[in-house]
Amino acid sequence: MKSLAELAAIREQMKDKVALRTGSGAVRVVVGMATCGISAGARPVLNAFVEEVSKEGLTDKVMVTQTGCIGICQYEPVVEVFEDGKDKVTYVKMTAEKAKRVVEEHLKGGKPVGEYLIGNTKL
Amino acid sequence: MKDLSLYILDIAMNSVRAGARHIEIRLEEADHLLKLTVKDDGCGMTAQQVERLSDPFFTTRKTRKVGLGIPFLRMLAEMTGGGVSISSKPESEGEGHGTEVEATFRTDHIDFIPIGDVSETLLTLIQGNPDTDFCFVHKAKGTDVCLDTAEMRKILGGDVPLNSYEVLSFIREYLRDMYDQK
Repeated sequence: MKSLAELAAIREQMKDKVALRTGSGAVRVVVGMATCGISAGARPVLNAFVEEVSKEGLTDKVMVTQTGCIGICQYEPVVEVFEDGKDKVTYVKMTAEKAKRVVEEHLKGGKPVGEYLIGNTKL
Repeated sequence: MKDLSLYILDIAMNSVRAGARHIEIRLEEADHLLKLTVKDDGCGMTAQQVERLSDPFFTTRKTRKVGLGIPFLRMLAEMTGGGVSISSKPESEGEGHGTEVEATFRTDHIDFIPIGDVSETLLTLIQGNPDTDFCFVHKAKGTDVCLDTAEMRKILGGDVPLNSYEVLSFIREYLRDMYDQK
């Protein structure tokens, strides 16, 4: 049985790490979390990004955040990737599986996954 | 939406968007009646706004012309023989502002849908809003779950955000343990 006291240990472990993290987030992954996103399956997509970004050791570079409805509800779940000095990348009709590939090939490998982009997706 | 936990996420997001600092989510089940309460200290609504809330063509957002959150919740609740009631006090009326949404469901009705994974809903809320206090209570036969992020924040101190991966993983397991305990 987990106890809240374990948080004290996490606090201790993270003492040095946290200092490093502030000012991080050169890449921002933004998941749409309004009614449209949620009903289309955005929750597992968001949680997959959080999980995979951490597993791949990208937390210092990549920040995963949420936003409301951006107005293209028919394409939800929508994920936007913002990176300094680069054009915004918009992924549509996302799933947790697709999120894994985006983390691997785009966030880690630097190459957007073409087939999931809004320009290459038919409704 | 396929389960109640997604409705809860959607309704709690309204509280987030209303600028709430403290959001209370309660699920109480007894005698085939499930009561869901989402209560916040956000900006609240005027009586006129509350009145229009169940109209799918009412929304304050600018990106689209429909607002389906409350209509969806009301539809589900009423289909099972329950209902939704909303009380709110706008910021303009001073202290004690905020909104309380209460929905009831008949769990023995054929149109009632599974509750789903409420833990994932909470994790999503905490991930996106690490500085908001979430207080969650789920009481039912054989279930007594309680999570208060304000309490967790006290132990973590000011330097470790609640949405760091280590903390989120802890919360996931902590909730799972509480749900598994009989």
